[in-house]
Parts: sequence; structure tokens; C-alpha cells
Amino acid sequence: MRYLNRLDSKIKQYEHGNFVVTSVDKFLNWARLSSMWQMTFGLACCAIEMMATSASHYDFDRFGIIPRPSPRHADMIIISGTVTLKMATRIKKLYDQMPEPKYIISMGSCSNCGGPYWEHGYHVLKGIDRIIPVDVYVPGCPPRPEALLEGVLKLQDKIRNQSTYKKNKA
Amino acid sequence: MNSNEIYNLLKSFFPDAVIDYKDDKPVEPYIIVSAKEIDKICLFLRDEENLQFDYLSCLSSVDFDNDNLAAVYNLYSFVHNHKLNIKVIVPKSDPVIKTVSSVWNTANWHEREAYDLMGIIFDEHPDFRRILLPDDWEGYPLRKDYKVQEFYNGMKVPY
Repeated sequence: MRYLNRLDSKIKQYEHGNFVVTSVDKFLNWARLSSMWQMTFGLACCAIEMMATSASHYDFDRFGIIPRPSPRHADMIIISGTVTLKMATRIKKLYDQMPEPKYIISMGSCSNCGGPYWEHGYHVLKGIDRIIPVDVYVPGCPPRPEALLEGVLKLQDKIRNQSTYKKNKA
Repeated sequence: MNSNEIYNLLKSFFPDAVIDYKDDKPVEPYIIVSAKEIDKICLFLRDEENLQFDYLSCLSSVDFDNDNLAAVYNLYSFVHNHKLNIKVIVPKSDPVIKTVSSVWNTANWHEREAYDLMGIIFDEHPDFRRILLPDDWEGYPLRKDYKVQEFYNGMKVPY
């Protein structure tokens, strides 16, 4: 009950029945944001920070984020590092294999905008948003685990307010 | 043996293929040899009793920005504890060098890298293709006159 109260304080509870009433949107969003399975995917130095975030000290698991070995299991992908043009082709392929709904966190300067390679990096894609849509950008080079967790919380906020049926809800 | 002695020895065995010896301090001395004979010279350097260069420390490439490219061979002998630098200079219009991967296997990937980034072609290499960049990449990025392509596979490249 504690969790459901957190979902909606005005949730309707019945005295004797073992059930609650809530809206479909709120229930689905709650389920989705509480278990964002992440695709096991690391690119560069940001991936080291991502691994640190997964480890026991910062503990991704308490947000329900579990690394999955296949894009077909994953709800979310963290683009953690420099995206070379060679890798970009592969990322697009992996992204296309993920089932809807899927979310993307762009982690670090490189995947946000090319980072230090913006001018002379002939081989670097200048921002992952040139090939796939990004939900949350996490700045930093590389971002500390706290910053990545902030990005995850931002993504949870975004999911909390989305609507399954009314696609264009403000 | 020092580089000058090695040069004199090489010159006596390969009078046409060994072109020059340079000792411009503070740069380490180096020997310039012909692109067509480099494999034979390297085999000699490896197998000759007094030389025994059993280790190719590095094989790198240079663009001099004057219509010439070069491959640089850094050799070392664990037996005699001496080293040698060799340069092979080729024109950009026809950058073909004989492979030394039959002499030292290390050269296999190093030569592929020199081809990938600088466009030096190594003749008779057993597995000659790009090593780092995608197979469909155009151009050789470390050349001084390299222009970044506008698009790669539909992705815009410049910032």
C-alpha cells in the first residue's frame, strides 16, 4: 500500500476488499518507471562511471535499473561515451531492436554534442541525437554517478507524466 | 653496433637499395632505403649474426606535406642490445612499399594501420584491408590534405 500511496495520494482504497482503483495511465507509468531495464552497453570513459553507478555504492538497482544482455529485453539505453561513426551504425541497429516504449539517456559531452572531438574528430558523430531521439541529456566529462542518477530521476519524472492513450498530452 | 656501422655493413651488401644515412641531432640517426628492397634488407637485418634485429618496436607513417609519404621502422635487438631506425620514402602518387610482415608478424597490423590512416600500400601483404575505420570509408584521415567528408552513411559529419 505504501507504494501505491506514493503513486497517487488520492488513490481509492476499499475497507474489506483486497483491491484498489486507479487510472490505467498512472498504473502503467508507475510500473514502467519502477523497472527501467537498461541495455548493457558502454562506449568509453563514461561507461566506467556508469559501471560505478551500477555498483553497490551508488546502486542503480534501487531504481529498478537492471542491465540486460539483449536489446529485446531493454526499456532504456544509456549512450555512455564517444559515438564514432562506425559505432553509430551499430547503435542505430540496436536501438531499432528495442521494443516500445524505449527511452534514451545521452550521458556525457561526447554523446551530447561530440565533446572534445567537435572540431577535429573526423570519425565522431557530433551528438547521438543526430540518429536517435534522446529523452535526457546528462552533461559532464564524464558525469559523476550523482549526475547520472539525477538524469535517471529526470527520466522517471518524464515517464510519470506521459499518457498511453492521449499521445499529445502536455 | 651503432647506426653508422650498420649503415656501412648494409651498404656493402645492398649498394643500390640503401640510399642514405642521416644523423641530424637531436633526432636519432636513421637509414633511408628503397621501397622495393625493404623486405630483403629487413630479412638480412633479422638473420645476420652481428645484427639479429629480432624485434620490430614500431612501424609508423609520416606525411611530409611535400608530395612524399614515409614509413618508419624502429628495430631493436634483444641479443645485441642495439637499435636502428629505417625510413622508406615514397611519393604520394604511388605510395607502394614491400611488406615486412613475412619478417616480423608484428608488421601485419601496423602496416594495415599505416594503410588505413595514411594510405600507404604494402605490396604482398597477406591480409590487406582497413583495420580501424569502416571498410566503406573514403580517404586517409591522417594525411595533411585530408578533407572531412560531409556525410557518412547518411549521418552528417561536421559539427
